[in-house]
Amino acid sequence: MSFRHNHLLGIESLAPDEIRAVLDLAETYVDLNRAEAKHGDALAGLTQINMFFENSTRTQASFEIAGLRLGADVMNMSMQASSIKKGETLIDTALTLNAMHPDLLVVRHPHSGAVNLLAEKVNCAVLNAGDGRHEHPTQALLDALTIRRAKGRLHRLSVAICGDIAHSRVARSNILLLGKMENRVRLIGPPTLMPAGIAEFGVEVFDDMAKGLEGVDVVMMLRLQKERMDGGFIPSEREYFHRFGLDAAKLAHARSDAIVMHPGPMNRGVEIDGTIADDINRSVIQDQVEMGVAVRMAAMDLLARNLRAARKKEREHA
Amino acid sequence: MTDMLLTNARLIDPETGRDGPGALCIADGNITKVLTQDTDLEDKMFRARNIFDCGGKCLAPGIVDLGVKVCEPGERHKESFRSAGLAAAAGGVTTMVTRPDTLPAIDSPEQLEFIARRGAEAAPVRIHPMAALTKGRAGREMVEIGFLQDAGAVAFSDADAVVTDTRVFARCLTYAHSLGALVIAHPQDPGLSRGAAATSGKFASLRGLPAVSPMAERLGLERDLALAEMTGARYHADNLSCTASLAALDRAKKAGLDVSAGANIHHLTLNALDVGDYRTFFKMKPPLRDEDDRVALVEAVASGLIDVISSMHTPQDEESKRLPFEEAASGAVALETLLPAAMRLYHSGALDLPQLFRAMSLIPSRRLGLPTGRLAAGAPADLVLFDPDAPFVLDRFALRSKSKNTPFDGARMEGRVLRTWVGGKDVFAA
Repeated sequence: MSFRHNHLLGIESLAPDEIRAVLDLAETYVDLNRAEAKHGDALAGLTQINMFFENSTRTQASFEIAGLRLGADVMNMSMQASSIKKGETLIDTALTLNAMHPDLLVVRHPHSGAVNLLAEKVNCAVLNAGDGRHEHPTQALLDALTIRRAKGRLHRLSVAICGDIAHSRVARSNILLLGKMENRVRLIGPPTLMPAGIAEFGVEVFDDMAKGLEGVDVVMMLRLQKERMDGGFIPSEREYFHRFGLDAAKLAHARSDAIVMHPGPMNRGVEIDGTIADDINRSVIQDQVEMGVAVRMAAMDLLARNLRAARKKEREHA
Repeated sequence: MTDMLLTNARLIDPETGRDGPGALCIADGNITKVLTQDTDLEDKMFRARNIFDCGGKCLAPGIVDLGVKVCEPGERHKESFRSAGLAAAAGGVTTMVTRPDTLPAIDSPEQLEFIARRGAEAAPVRIHPMAALTKGRAGREMVEIGFLQDAGAVAFSDADAVVTDTRVFARCLTYAHSLGALVIAHPQDPGLSRGAAATSGKFASLRGLPAVSPMAERLGLERDLALAEMTGARYHADNLSCTASLAALDRAKKAGLDVSAGANIHHLTLNALDVGDYRTFFKMKPPLRDEDDRVALVEAVASGLIDVISSMHTPQDEESKRLPFEEAASGAVALETLLPAAMRLYHSGALDLPQLFRAMSLIPSRRLGLPTGRLAAGAPADLVLFDPDAPFVLDRFALRSKSKNTPFDGARMEGRVLRTWVGGKDVFAA
């Protein structure tokens, strides 16, 4: 067993061989998902609860399908609507859930570190589906799988991540993952959207798209998270699109076979030109969605194996 | 007639910088004689009612802790005068200078009287309350500085609430100056630091925490110093934490302004990386800084640029801390850990014991006009006897504070308080 964790809280704690283990297993699930009978039994008998303290139709749907395809009983809890509003603390929510004996807990939360806190308090495998601006590990893993399939490898590539780095957990997880797999990472965006100390992550930082995109193999666009902005990071959407939005002219600086990625949902005409997003020769945005389901199946499968092994050990001890 | 003779002690005298063997005579709650030679010891022993053998351990003036939050009124479940007083006695703190950031804030003479009365009846150590600078710490109208001073307020501070309106703050300083009142602020630019839970840099970015540059503290300090210069007020910048502030402070002191500065023990002994995996007991306000800042801050204490070390004791219950890092409350309890944590600075060779007690006892007393903090004839016999080398592992549930939010839980520490006297009376014995 080359995946040693009980939870998937972030890329930070994963070793390169563990990343490879997830991706290799995910490949088999890509095939399963394309087959007519899309059913596995890796999670049969297990209960998966999706707890989303922050809205996300896409990620939640992806985790739900992944669980259903592997035979788990899946339940969705939309937390913004429920107990949080009644003043229940995160820990109480966790303990309440714990009493229902879930096996897999998929959590999204608006605060960095909240998923780590939850993982300490429950007796099941926790998957981080995005916490604040900290990490979004399954997104980075699905991006990695997409790149590996499109480029044939996941090392010695030059990858540009563009846009709102400061508020992006997707960027953080990707920077960590791509760095661990020995790629060159460039960050491009206005300095107001760059987190402090980011250059110490072993990345190159640019505030000019033409220079930053020069010769890159992969262009990863980020959503401009308008809901996170409490004002004044950029002068206007149109100036942002002019300087940092991906269009054909800017993309021309990248390698001619460079692929274009976006974690979605896209703001067409803000961070990406619609024609680029729809260009089937460059854009792998739809592939990312497909890989998302496969990667989440793989991650939950690996965690479930460790969970079963740990429970078996416990029973033997008892 | 000597009531008590403390013999065989290692006297730590912050006034003279002396660290050596000696004995103290105590009568009527005051120190009557400091004996540093054996010559007339026998005569004194003969005439003393009680003799206490200090066993060669360190005897220093009790700590005068500037800026203790006792959560009365308002949040007595977090800390009361009784629990804080017991913690203080056990920590060698003989005077608690209490913060006014309670619920409601201490902003009227009536409330101040309540504090003084509660403190006197419930706590075994001395209480000197601070009052808010503005009503409700809202930064709009100044409090009755004169009446509050008459009622016993030793300083005026809105604590971590910055008086953002420069004109209001300037008038407060001007008015306070006319009464000789000390104004204490925790400098910060509240705009720049809004919403921040960590110090900006690689670690905060890795953890995805909203962060603030230490420059926000310097901005706040520069503003306050300019106003102190303009008004001539007595000003104390507390809770300083970073290198960026030190140059500004140095300039102001060299220019002869009536300013002093303090740092709290956590910024002197911990850094931002200690937060680790979102450990909320390490969430402070201002947030813990880089190691470079910590080292610079310790050096500033050694050079005297930073005058005061305090605990910035801030009790928080479990519920306020068991939250995602951004939402969790800031601050830590420290009355009992101040001395052992300060011993880290002694054992690392950064500061000697007289320097530490200068910053913890002597200077805060002087700045507040209190007679304590000295080992000299006529000074109150507020004393702490401690063993700087005694090792222990801290268990937070063994703390006397009602709240147990210490970052030192499970930490290996050296330095135990053996005995504490306030006005010559035993208030703690290990």
